[in-house]
Amino acid sequence: MADLPAHLAALTQARIGLPRAGHALNTAATLAFDLAHARARDAVNAVFDTGPLHAAFDTIEVRSAAPDRATYLQRPDLGRQLPSAEAERLLPRGADTAIVVGDGLSATAVALHAVPLIRALQPRLGGVWAPIVAAHQARVALGDAIGAALGVDIVVVLIGERPGLSAPDSLGAYITWQPRPGRHDSERNCVSNIRPPHGLDHETAAARIAWLVHQARARRLTGVALKDESASDLRLA
Amino acid sequence: MPYHQDLGGTRHVFADLRQVMAAASPHRSGDVLAGVAATSAEQRVAARLVLADLPLARFLTEAVVPYEADEVTRLIIDRHDTAAFAPIAHLTVGGFRDWLLANDGAAITAVAAGLTPEMVAAVSKLMRNQDLIAVAAKLRVITRFRGTIGLPGRLSVRLQPNHPTDDPAGIAAAILDGLLLGSGDAVIGINPAGDSVADAHNLLLLLDELRQAYAIPTQSCVLTHVTNTLQLIARGAPVDLCFQSIGGTEGTNRGFGIDLALLAEAQDATLALGRGTLGQDVMYFETGQGSALSAGAHHGVDQQTLEARAHGVARAFRPLLVNSVVGFIGPEYLYDGKQILRAALEDHCCGKLLGLPMGLDICYTNHAEADQNDMDAILTLAGVAGVNFIMGVPGADDIMLNYQSTSFHDALYLRDVLGLKPAPEFEAWLLANGITDAAGRLAASPARLALPGVLGG
Repeated sequence: MADLPAHLAALTQARIGLPRAGHALNTAATLAFDLAHARARDAVNAVFDTGPLHAAFDTIEVRSAAPDRATYLQRPDLGRQLPSAEAERLLPRGADTAIVVGDGLSATAVALHAVPLIRALQPRLGGVWAPIVAAHQARVALGDAIGAALGVDIVVVLIGERPGLSAPDSLGAYITWQPRPGRHDSERNCVSNIRPPHGLDHETAAARIAWLVHQARARRLTGVALKDESASDLRLA
Repeated sequence: MPYHQDLGGTRHVFADLRQVMAAASPHRSGDVLAGVAATSAEQRVAARLVLADLPLARFLTEAVVPYEADEVTRLIIDRHDTAAFAPIAHLTVGGFRDWLLANDGAAITAVAAGLTPEMVAAVSKLMRNQDLIAVAAKLRVITRFRGTIGLPGRLSVRLQPNHPTDDPAGIAAAILDGLLLGSGDAVIGINPAGDSVADAHNLLLLLDELRQAYAIPTQSCVLTHVTNTLQLIARGAPVDLCFQSIGGTEGTNRGFGIDLALLAEAQDATLALGRGTLGQDVMYFETGQGSALSAGAHHGVDQQTLEARAHGVARAFRPLLVNSVVGFIGPEYLYDGKQILRAALEDHCCGKLLGLPMGLDICYTNHAEADQNDMDAILTLAGVAGVNFIMGVPGADDIMLNYQSTSFHDALYLRDVLGLKPAPEFEAWLLANGITDAAGRLAASPARLALPGVLGG
């Protein structure tokens, strides 16, 4: 038994017009919800497999100060810290640009999108790249410590976003000029919802990230003072 | 001043009232993150023993956030009603717990203006979940705009038809779905995806058109910042309720871009519209444990005490609706279903003790150790405790805010198992439109509301 005219359900991704059993959801609707939640939970708990990154790029691995997933979820401060033993493996090598791939809250997103997105960035980003840094139990701000250790001008952190019930595989990209510990989130720019085919595709995301990186190098800043006007600029191009 | 408790040869020392309160709190991740949680299970009980013997009146002389530094503390102290406090002025915190359990709702309501948020937070730390339910269930806080919310035997629902791009047709379809499932008597309230005043204006026009087309005895709200609402009022938009997220310290509120004077200005501007038919309770506030730490403005105070102080802010503005968004903030503040449950019962009971029309957004994010079964337990217990309203989100899945709350069907479940009805005016509307039958069940043959223009009607 459903109550809403059927054609209205097509107007939104919201779960409307659901079939009922009495006043409750019927079995099929209940299990559909359970499946979506299971995928989101699996994304949160998935282990970051760095094999594909090593296979594709010169890659260094680091771990934040959060030793495991349970600690990571309860102590976001530890996910932002780079232990000194880890930092010592990231010495400056003359690069000015760093790409950090962090598991964040969805290693599923990283597994699906990190390699193709980096390949799309390679012809667009310019600069002298440090090796790709694969960071375990990472929050966005861990990129500040990594970028500082590498001595780069700009860091791009590609990180798994908090899974939604219908979007367990969304990747975010955070761009920070002159990364160093203590940077505020207002000093970054973000391209979020990288998740083809429902969200941004890899080529479009790479174009937006590259636009922000080029603007950051020219204006020597990122953050609220650098508004993302890539859409209009890209249309002109 | 320092406090101590000797237990079997161990002296537990607490530097000040803040430390006693924080250590006495049931374990939760946000207090650990803030570095204020008890360091052992025994220390937690030692703090509760200190608290149990502490005179309630101490909270009038020892502030957890300095009076000089914080306008929320000044609001709490300056508006304290000594006459209302008199019947309980002689009690300790432990004695006050016993008094709450022994007295009826009328006696408790009579002292509400004499209670400070800190007193209420303190006593809650000595209460089991059962006590939080039993005390709250005695209290009724009734508010009115176009309907009557909070009456005994009633459960209202905020219909939350959010859409990731604020698409009018998508929002209207979700509203229709909720109405046909008996939700919407607390408010039909949209969290807009964007911050644009022009877009919010269009959403308000859509809501008002639907409300008038169906003659629904309810109120609508676009949950945007108070400064936007002030602009919307100036533009002549149909603003029923003024929404704002609030916190328990001046610094937290500064992080939200507000202060008490701005809230008063917004309340005055909304009241001047005079759109309520049964009453003029025009404010809608949301709160949630952890907001002060998140804003870097917690002053070393535990998150539950700060939440009670946020309720102290709400109390100054005669709200129609207040709800804690209890599990939205994430596992670094409330880690799992057990912690979210405890916080929900605390927030509901403490808010009611302070005289607020408390609802709950019973919810969780996907990185919390919680699922819909935890929400079922919280929902049921909140219903037993007499919660004024809950959220109705399509299929419990908010596709804009990316979290899970309670659904239209969850509200039907709760009304069924506890014998609760919607607000009386809305109940009559549901019956008159053939959505429910005389027994309050959804009608056997689905009701047909004529489609509004935005849906091709």
